[in-house]
Amino acid sequence: MNHGDLPFGRFVGILAAGIAVLILGPDPTRATAAETAALQVPIVYLGEAIPEPPPLSLVEPVAPDKGVAGAKLAIGDNNTTGQFLHQNFELIEKIIPAGGDLKAAAAEIAGAGQKLIVADLTAPRLTELADIPEMKDAIILNVRAEDDALRASDCRANVFHVIPSRAMKADALGQWLVSKKWMRWVLIYGTNDPDRAFADAIRRTAKRYRAEIVEERAYEFKAGSRRTDTGEQQVREQMTQLTQRLPDYDVLVVADESEVFGDYLPYRSWDPRPVTGTQGLVPTSWHRSQEQWGGTQLQRRFTRAFDRWMLERDYAAWEAVRTIGEAVTRTSSTDPAALRKYITSDSFELAAFKGKPLSFRKWDQQLRQPILLATPLMLVSVSPQEGFLHERTPLDTLGHDEPDSTCRLNP
Amino acid sequence: MLQRALIAFSILLACATVTDPAVAAIAYVSNEKGNTITVIDLDKMEAVATVPVGERPRGIALSHDKKQLYICTSDADHIEVLDLDSLKVVQILPSGPDPEQFVVSRDGSKLYVANEDNNFVTVLDLAQGVAGGEIPVGVEPEGMAISPDDKILINTSETTNMAHFIDTGSYQVVDSVLVDSRPRYAEFSPDGKTVWVSSEIGGTVNVIDVATRKILNKIEFAIQGVRSDTIQPVGIKITPDGKTAFVALGPANRVAVIDVASHEVQDYLLVGQRVWQMAFTPDAKLLLSTNGESNDISVIDVADRKVLKSIPVGELPWGVAIR
Repeated sequence: MNHGDLPFGRFVGILAAGIAVLILGPDPTRATAAETAALQVPIVYLGEAIPEPPPLSLVEPVAPDKGVAGAKLAIGDNNTTGQFLHQNFELIEKIIPAGGDLKAAAAEIAGAGQKLIVADLTAPRLTELADIPEMKDAIILNVRAEDDALRASDCRANVFHVIPSRAMKADALGQWLVSKKWMRWVLIYGTNDPDRAFADAIRRTAKRYRAEIVEERAYEFKAGSRRTDTGEQQVREQMTQLTQRLPDYDVLVVADESEVFGDYLPYRSWDPRPVTGTQGLVPTSWHRSQEQWGGTQLQRRFTRAFDRWMLERDYAAWEAVRTIGEAVTRTSSTDPAALRKYITSDSFELAAFKGKPLSFRKWDQQLRQPILLATPLMLVSVSPQEGFLHERTPLDTLGHDEPDSTCRLNP
Repeated sequence: MLQRALIAFSILLACATVTDPAVAAIAYVSNEKGNTITVIDLDKMEAVATVPVGERPRGIALSHDKKQLYICTSDADHIEVLDLDSLKVVQILPSGPDPEQFVVSRDGSKLYVANEDNNFVTVLDLAQGVAGGEIPVGVEPEGMAISPDDKILINTSETTNMAHFIDTGSYQVVDSVLVDSRPRYAEFSPDGKTVWVSSEIGGTVNVIDVATRKILNKIEFAIQGVRSDTIQPVGIKITPDGKTAFVALGPANRVAVIDVASHEVQDYLLVGQRVWQMAFTPDAKLLLSTNGESNDISVIDVADRKVLKSIPVGELPWGVAIR
């Protein structure tokens, strides 16, 4: 990265200005007018420091700031817009320790009058947060938990889901496999809860699109060190054994959200079959190869600022903060009730480098969006696929549609 | 070597076919993926030369004297100047990173360039060949237009969703108008009283009154049998008499014809796939549209509102200029 680049220069400028203010104190004659005129919009990024396993491949970057980096980028974008409207967005990072006191954190956030929250939390913690009384009138944007139950039996009026659900991703993949006429699937799933949840989503999709899961195999893989000197041979044989004596099939679908063995499957299976699911060809809301619809700009801005490529959670956090930005810009308000009304209205549309306006489903407050299908280095396709039609928008062919959802928000 | 030979060959071709430039209108089309400029003889209605240029050529514009073509070669991070007699790149201008669209000032002295990557509009002094200033605008500056009196520069920012009004005397943003999502292109009406801004994701054209900077109307589009989310307005051209506007609708594969006085959409012309930018011939009798996905251009008869012909060009045609 070239440190002579403008953003760095600008950062130094801001830093210098900050130091000047610290030393000299605010100039009472000049600063106040601007400050009172500007609409202040604090957005809290609430996370929990749960250890996440590093990616299985040594090639993938380990990103300790996954998620929050996207939020920071979007705050910058919001402020570039805000400078023309006297709106000032601020990101407040609040990362509680693993198993930490969410109630206390919520009380603190509410006590400071902060009502706009980007939640980088797992499903149980997200529900816990949403049910805290102080959070009743907050807007909580979920950028992490893909659990379908959060969009159905466990849906909450104060929670908006920016990250796609597992059902949306499985449908996106299913549409592609169906359009290729690869209708016979073998499902191999890990034994952790998230792996089983993705396997459930795949089963739902297979049923929906009349694909046949010809056999399922659970696989318990003891995750070891990411880096070993002679692990290659052992892994090769394990994967070959795992996939032998299967009935005739077209494609291996792997459900390994824990990322402990899925990347070992391609080219090591007994039969020569493509691998898809959580590894191989993956459904995702963002990918480093996505440069369609102006995506290049977002990728470049992100890489320049954070020295790595943008991951899916970064993108979700960017969308979440931009959702608030868009709502504040269009309503000139920071009142959560006014923002919620706008976000759930037909007027809301988010441009997010997907070639279509994104909006929230009224019944479960899930962001409807195209899902990318990508291999590690290349974008393969974007779902919904041609021919999957819906009376409202083809985007609603992905995931739980209104009639099959038990959630009824914003009737 | 091969590149030089190709250029030489192209020149030969061009010289052989373009015998009387006073009569024959010549169109230049930038091919974003092919890294070339296609030269089209509009008498013959066919491509007569292909000129290799820098990476990812997008926005193109003729110089004031119509002797040169400015080319935003986006991935080369500069602007190339193509001499139209020799079909040789004769100058490289600095532009700031990732130039996509620009506009030449009416007096021909300056190029105003939108730098998508760094939220600036760069002012280029053409006589000196140097960047003369940067104007901070919104996120992802894109569309550029200059008022007929050269005093107001419009820039649209795609992620900020604004049309910025820039005073060309002070280079200050004097006003910013919120428009529908992802504004891509701006065009002044010939009388300079309104500026038309296309919103690709919003699916509308916002007509802004220049004096009051209020949105007069948001023109919407509906085509039977075409999904509304594929209607993505991009390029806009208004006839010199100020009566008719043409709007390229991207993946809807149509050009909308709008009555300027009433803002009424009167017709949709079926063109090639992913129609992007357009240009009139000097006599304004023909309108050309670039069709990115089908690698061709459509020739539209302006008076009859009919598509006369499609002409194959290079890969992913983006911009078009005609002299």
